[in-house]
Amino acid sequence: MNAETRNWVAIGDLADIPREGARVVKTDAGCVAVFRTVHDEVYAIDDRCPHKGGPLSQGIVHGTSVTCPLHNWVFDLATGLAKGADEGSVAVTAAKVEGGKVLLAADDLARRAG
Amino acid sequence: MTKQKLVIVGNGMAPGRMLEYLFDKDKDAYDVTIFNAEPRVNYNRLMLSPVLSGEKTYEDIITHGDDWYAENGVTLHKSARISEIDRDAKTVTSENGITASYDKLVIATGSNPFIIPLPGKDLDGVLTYRDLDDVDKMLDAAKGGGRAVVIGGGLLGLEAAAGLKMQGMDVTVLHLMPTLMERQLDPAAGFLLEEEFKRRGIDVLTKADSHEIVDDGTGKVKAIRLDDGTEIEASIVVMAVGIRPSADLAKSVGLDVNRGILVGNDLRTSDEDIFALGECVEHRGMCYGLVAPLYEMAEVIADNLLEGASEYTGSVTATKLKVTGVDLYSAGDFAEGDDREEIVLRDASAGVYKRLVLKGNRIIGAVLYGETADGPWFFDLLKKETDVSEMRETLIFGQAYQGGAPLDPTVAVAALPDDAEICGCNGVCKGKIVTAIKDKGLTTLDDVRAHTKASASCGTCTGLVEQLMQSTLGDAYNPAAVTPMCGCTPLGHDEVRRLIRSKELKSIPAVMQELEWGSSGGCAKCRPALNYYLVSDWPSEYADDYQSRFINERVHANIQKDGTYSVVPRMWGGVTSSKELRAIADVVDKFDIPTVKCTGGQRIDMLGIKKEDLPAVWADLGKAGFVSGQAYAKGLRTVKTCVGSDWCRFGTQDSTGLGIRLEKFMWGSWTPAKLKLAVSGCPRNCAEATCKDIGIVCVDSGYEIHFAGAAGLDIKGTEILGLVKTEDEALEHVVALTQMYREQGHYLERIYKWAKRVGHDEVRSQIMNDVDRRKAYFDRFVFSQKFAQVDPWSERVSGKDKHEFKPMAVLQTEAAE
Repeated sequence: MNAETRNWVAIGDLADIPREGARVVKTDAGCVAVFRTVHDEVYAIDDRCPHKGGPLSQGIVHGTSVTCPLHNWVFDLATGLAKGADEGSVAVTAAKVEGGKVLLAADDLARRAG
Repeated sequence: MTKQKLVIVGNGMAPGRMLEYLFDKDKDAYDVTIFNAEPRVNYNRLMLSPVLSGEKTYEDIITHGDDWYAENGVTLHKSARISEIDRDAKTVTSENGITASYDKLVIATGSNPFIIPLPGKDLDGVLTYRDLDDVDKMLDAAKGGGRAVVIGGGLLGLEAAAGLKMQGMDVTVLHLMPTLMERQLDPAAGFLLEEEFKRRGIDVLTKADSHEIVDDGTGKVKAIRLDDGTEIEASIVVMAVGIRPSADLAKSVGLDVNRGILVGNDLRTSDEDIFALGECVEHRGMCYGLVAPLYEMAEVIADNLLEGASEYTGSVTATKLKVTGVDLYSAGDFAEGDDREEIVLRDASAGVYKRLVLKGNRIIGAVLYGETADGPWFFDLLKKETDVSEMRETLIFGQAYQGGAPLDPTVAVAALPDDAEICGCNGVCKGKIVTAIKDKGLTTLDDVRAHTKASASCGTCTGLVEQLMQSTLGDAYNPAAVTPMCGCTPLGHDEVRRLIRSKELKSIPAVMQELEWGSSGGCAKCRPALNYYLVSDWPSEYADDYQSRFINERVHANIQKDGTYSVVPRMWGGVTSSKELRAIADVVDKFDIPTVKCTGGQRIDMLGIKKEDLPAVWADLGKAGFVSGQAYAKGLRTVKTCVGSDWCRFGTQDSTGLGIRLEKFMWGSWTPAKLKLAVSGCPRNCAEATCKDIGIVCVDSGYEIHFAGAAGLDIKGTEILGLVKTEDEALEHVVALTQMYREQGHYLERIYKWAKRVGHDEVRSQIMNDVDRRKAYFDRFVFSQKFAQVDPWSERVSGKDKHEFKPMAVLQTEAAE
């Protein structure tokens, strides 16, 4: 499936997320952390570190990475893969900005639920 | 046997070094008395330029503090200029009437700046650049802004110009010759240097002949007029055209004097019992103004004072310019000549210029600009007159290209011969450093500095010394002194802090740009550190970047393993009331808080609060008068107390009251790592003050202040800072100490680690003995508190950072399909 045929769901304004920060979107299948980089790109990954369940939305955002607040694992926001010596990954939800609105890919969200 | 008496006239770097050599060889041979015309101890004159530019302070460049003189039994008379020497009676007398007799006398009167006899040379605002007083005057003048005109484009003049520019002045350099630093540089390198200075916004006029300094009508400098009629406005004029040996005193008592005080190879003057040392000396027709020869002389005299027979035979010198960001090295003779050949390498895009002058297959001169790492190697070949014909083809590329040696700098250093000079300032060769590392088991740069003096003066050889440590110790060497802050930069915490101040960097992007961060947005290690340094250094200007703070400091609560938070309100000095306890009980019930616990810091922790509930919890606590306990902060946490003289039959002072006073004064302040205090009312020490970051133990006669304790990962009893008489003094000392730590600590470095790094005695001397410094620290803390003492909970109750506490959206999965 390519980007054009995805179903997108709006979750709010880009301005609602601080630069180099994140907000949480609650879903039936757990929380998604939606990140905004210093260059206003947005990324969404599961808000749960595979190590000890730390809320990644609370971490420090640097470049396109986030550092988990509990034990400093670092994740690539685009791939969801742990960086450095740690091994693990979190699910990625496609995200984009259109007209100042942040959109998440509904199919990715649905797949998480399934 | 009574000791002999040694009197030294002058207290510059050369006699300071001489005494170190002397005490090393025989601590008990002499009673030593020093007369210093300057009102201070011995400091490192080489480092005046970093003081002028703001990259260091006077305290950073002290070689021997007052303690050193006391420990070594040396009598130091400050502000005591010697005006008479009675060679028959063997006594000296100072202008302020102190007389001392000697068996041996060392004259080390140094040099005076040369004043060009221009009309207007005595006007207010005409300065020289020679000692700390000059630097202070320049710094003072720089505050007024305007233009500084520096006469002289040599080493000193350029360092002065760069420093004044960094202090925010407009700067013009006037140089009589066609190119800068013509005594050390050839015209090509002089040109590159001139371009670099112009690029920095410093005007450079060469072939500029000054004619007159113009009076503004009130006896102050207004401008300088050149021979060609050009007039340049100036609020100060700095003359840095050279130095003259200060030989007047020697001359007045009939010693043989030419340009300087004449000495033989044993460095004795024409009087058997009088030595001359340093810049005031003329030896074989040469007067020296660089430090390396002076140190060589110092060693010779120290030996001869102990009946040795050392000889000084003159020095070949090499020069480095101490302007941050300009790499320049020059040694020997580089004039052109029929019997000479040269090898030149240029790389314009990299701004590199290298030139070697050869005579009979031997290097006689070297000029390096832009890339100076091979300077010491060329200098070594030069001094040893090594035949370079074998490596001529690749010589200019440096040592790493010789004999197939690999490019690893550590290997290149390892390949140096044992007698290769590493530290030019102190004349320390490789063999001495390697031996010291091995024999004394040295593992840190500071140790090596302490034992060998290598890299202890101007510091430009630090890299080489570290490479030597690396090659000698292998993996055992952990270069703590230069550990980079994180993977984003090669710079260490100290360098970053220094550069933030000297370059006036006031935002994280500015730091990352100017200091050439290797990553675009930093990382979770450097960002909080930079944020702290900026908050600490620019309290009124820097806008705290919450996105660079760890989550606890961002939401003002402590994250727990399950993602919930804990909340700890302040209980000043550990004292509470029924009203407060009732309010806490109500909050616990209302928000169904699962755990309530007493902390080690005498307050109450409520654990397991959902993030969304935090603002409401704070609102209720706030109504009862609670503010944030900052139990999450790298900042002031608790002040633990005992009940003291209010209740306790042993209490000597009001420890509870002092604890509350300290906490109310200091709350809200950010520090490099968490800061916990305690006040005990008597030496029974029920508040356990002697394992805290800062502790006070009350005694009958006052307040004993302790610091640098630890009771966590490490366990360590405190050091005693000192005893003060009143509560006010106790507060001032504790606050000043905290500010010193705030300004110097590395991020996440607890006070005991910081204090160990800078030295407990150093902390004591700055806080206990130096009243002005203590007050300055205190004042800076008070200033920064104006911006820090805002209760973060009430701010958030009134709506700040709302986004932190609410989800952005709540989605039903069905709705997304």
